[in-house]
Amino acid sequence: MSTLTALARAQAASTAAAQPIATLRHVHISDRPLVFVPLMLAGEANAPLAAMVGDRSAAPTLLVVPQPRNRDLRFTFAGELADLVIRYIDGFRGVTEAVQANRGRETRYRYVQAPQVLVPNPPGVRFVRLLGRSTRLRRSYGRYAVDPSVPLLGQWLTFLGERAEHPGSSMLLAMTEALGMHWATGQSAVEDGNLAALMGWIDPPAGLSATVAAAAAEDPLTWPPAGPATDPTFDNEVLAPAIAAYDRAAGDDGAQRRALAALETALAGQLRPTWDLMWRAVEQLRRLPEGSRVASRWAADRDAFTSYATYLQEGGLPQPRRDSAVAAAIRLDRLERAQAAYDAQRALDDPLVMAEYRMVGEAFAGTVVAAVPDRVDSSGPKRKLRPHITVLTRDPVRLEPGTSVVAPPRVQQRAQIVSLSPVESGTEVVLELSGGMGRALTPAPGSVPALGEDLCYSALTESYQPPGRFPLREETPWTHGGPPQEYVPSDDDAVEEWS
Amino acid sequence: MTGDVLAGVLADLRCGDHPGVVVDSPPGAGKSTLVVRVASQLTGDGGQLAVVAQTNEQVDDLTDRLVDALPGVPIGRLSGQDYVPAPRIARHPTVRFDTQVTALAEARIVIGTAAKWATVTQGEWRWAVVDEAYQMRSDALLRIAGRFGRMLFVGDPGQLDPFSIVETTRWAGLTWDPMQSAVAVLLRNNPSVAVHRLPVSWRLPASAAPVVSEAFYPFTGFQPATADAERALSFQTRGFGSQPVDMTLETAATSGWALHELPARHTLRTDGDVAHACAALARRLLERGGVARSERAPDGAALTPDRIAIGTAHRDQAATVRSLLPARSGITVDTANRLQGREYDVTIIWHPLSGRRDATAFHLEAGRLCVLTSRHRHACVVVTRAGIPELLDAHPSTEPVYLNEPAKFPDGWEANQAMMAHLHHHRVRA
Repeated sequence: MSTLTALARAQAASTAAAQPIATLRHVHISDRPLVFVPLMLAGEANAPLAAMVGDRSAAPTLLVVPQPRNRDLRFTFAGELADLVIRYIDGFRGVTEAVQANRGRETRYRYVQAPQVLVPNPPGVRFVRLLGRSTRLRRSYGRYAVDPSVPLLGQWLTFLGERAEHPGSSMLLAMTEALGMHWATGQSAVEDGNLAALMGWIDPPAGLSATVAAAAAEDPLTWPPAGPATDPTFDNEVLAPAIAAYDRAAGDDGAQRRALAALETALAGQLRPTWDLMWRAVEQLRRLPEGSRVASRWAADRDAFTSYATYLQEGGLPQPRRDSAVAAAIRLDRLERAQAAYDAQRALDDPLVMAEYRMVGEAFAGTVVAAVPDRVDSSGPKRKLRPHITVLTRDPVRLEPGTSVVAPPRVQQRAQIVSLSPVESGTEVVLELSGGMGRALTPAPGSVPALGEDLCYSALTESYQPPGRFPLREETPWTHGGPPQEYVPSDDDAVEEWS
Repeated sequence: MTGDVLAGVLADLRCGDHPGVVVDSPPGAGKSTLVVRVASQLTGDGGQLAVVAQTNEQVDDLTDRLVDALPGVPIGRLSGQDYVPAPRIARHPTVRFDTQVTALAEARIVIGTAAKWATVTQGEWRWAVVDEAYQMRSDALLRIAGRFGRMLFVGDPGQLDPFSIVETTRWAGLTWDPMQSAVAVLLRNNPSVAVHRLPVSWRLPASAAPVVSEAFYPFTGFQPATADAERALSFQTRGFGSQPVDMTLETAATSGWALHELPARHTLRTDGDVAHACAALARRLLERGGVARSERAPDGAALTPDRIAIGTAHRDQAATVRSLLPARSGITVDTANRLQGREYDVTIIWHPLSGRRDATAFHLEAGRLCVLTSRHRHACVVVTRAGIPELLDAHPSTEPVYLNEPAKFPDGWEANQAMMAHLHHHRVRA
């Protein structure tokens, strides 16, 4: 936790109100997100128990597995969920837009919209990923056949789960994390994992203080857990008898229908409060103005969606069980580049995020106190325009001379630190500018910061980083186990230990 | 270094069953000397030798040593676009610099960072030496391993594990997990690769080698190369009164260790009191005119600022200490990551767990404490808030255990406890 977040948390605790730690929204919130609140059975690995799902707050769909230990019923649930999810996803595969790629030499198309799935918390994301893992390799024929939509659901859920690992992606969001990026509360990080308590801090009901609202969220009767884990008392006193009643009614259709209805009522009661909270949280996030770089990250999400949809349309195979050595290294490289770009983009968008970097001396804000806008560097073979400006800052600067820095409104212009000199009122930083000033040896008007202008420079860069170079899969070196065996899909893929 | 190790390494490298050999080296065991000797042997065989290190600093150090050991042998320094040759390298006429490996065809040895080697698109080398291989990440090795016929991996297994800014648990348990070190991935996929060990530490004094060996190298211990009487730290002036700072320095001078303990308190990461204590200890060390006597300087050499280092866990802690020292003091203040592979006479370290409320995996990591407590030739002063043993007792390791993931030794929690148990005998309350 950064010092600034620690301060915001202390302030939240002392004023009993959540404190903003971002001035803008850094996640994309779709006009029509799919809210998915799953529950699973305690004691069974990722066994779905129930889910409330839908893209309109007024019309949730409740799906229930009346006996979660029964594998067939689990995959019936997966089939029902598949119908909903795939219909939702296909709804975005209509309109495309042309995008110039490779400096205008190529044109590719991407969907103008993309699906967005919202779950309450990080364990919800894990549930999505594991449900994808348990369904994507199933077959619609042979032993343990399932509905054809089930493996397709598995592929989409796996795709979403992998996007959730991609820094800056908004395709699958955990609500507690999305809220936690924007507000600091006066409770612990563990307590922030409780969506009801977190919303109690951020948006307490009228007339209640945040601390009272958060404390009320600890009562599982009014605020059942946001899943996927259920409340143990509910398990013992309500769920177990209801499932037992369903089992006892086997063979008697009427009795089984009644038992199922009772189970549905009980589970709906557990899910509905979280469902309503999710939509309140969506509204809360929508009220924040969107950061200027959110749209470009959402465009990357739409690109990923388009390419995966095309891949599936062409009969693409399900994602492999695990990454090969080369695939793992390539993915790590991609994730690391995305993380660095995401961190930089948030700071360049949002002064409150940038303040964290200023605190630790990796950025500095100040006023231009001197400028030589027409300075020309003639040391090299070609004369170059290299204006100098001096910025006076009161921030503790810990950047070294020679470091390249940029200021948010002038990201096209690189500035190199020439010297740092402590003065009475702070530090004077001399910067040499290059780029963004036109081609002549005199800068275009307004392209060099004027005297008195306030700027914030940091070493963060959002410039494109090329991907690393990796060997081909067939050329995996001996140090990494040599080339992996060629994958040949077979019916045995669907047979797993837990089938 | 004993000649046996060199002979064994060369034999395995030239005609062993595997195209790779690993040499584990405890702190200051003559790793660089081994690399230089192996390089001189292999260049004698003809062909071009590739040398890979992890940072430009390491490459420069190694180049400098290679030139000294192999006068007249042309060396090619493969460098990035922005690299400016360090003065200590640029003065050698036999070293050529280029960003393209093809331009260095005449060199007998081509040396560069792993990141730079990864950009090489063609060519194959019969021999390669990978230095600081435990700092190299598995994915970095994946990118270059195909270019080399037979490889020698040299490194210190007690160093910091490679890290990433992103979540990497999805690969936990795979033998090719890209987050392992290069040596770990190599040994997990090829368990029969020969591993040699350098047996003695030339750097650590007799007071430190057994402690560090027991805490951080529990199964592959090492011995100090020097006897207790060969190293001594003394002061030209006496302390005035019995200030805690002076008492700490006296303790460090007589026993090689000191624990400078401030009152228990939960603090921010940049704890001002600890920063002041680190800076005050370093300044006082110079004011008192420290003299270090060792096998290199039997008559004693004055302790100069460049022989003192202050080590921290975080960059902002290092920056805070730096701001409390006079400008251009010459004292090295850096994080454990940056101090890897360096050597000083006296180190002052900011204990990673000082003032913390919790013991996270980052702060518990055995490699971090190992790097910090094994950089010195004479004495190590640990500065901390009181209460670390209690903090450790309250926070047993809670890291998840993954299937097929080999257990890591030493365990950070246990190594920290072992170190604190030893330091307890050298405690000075400030």
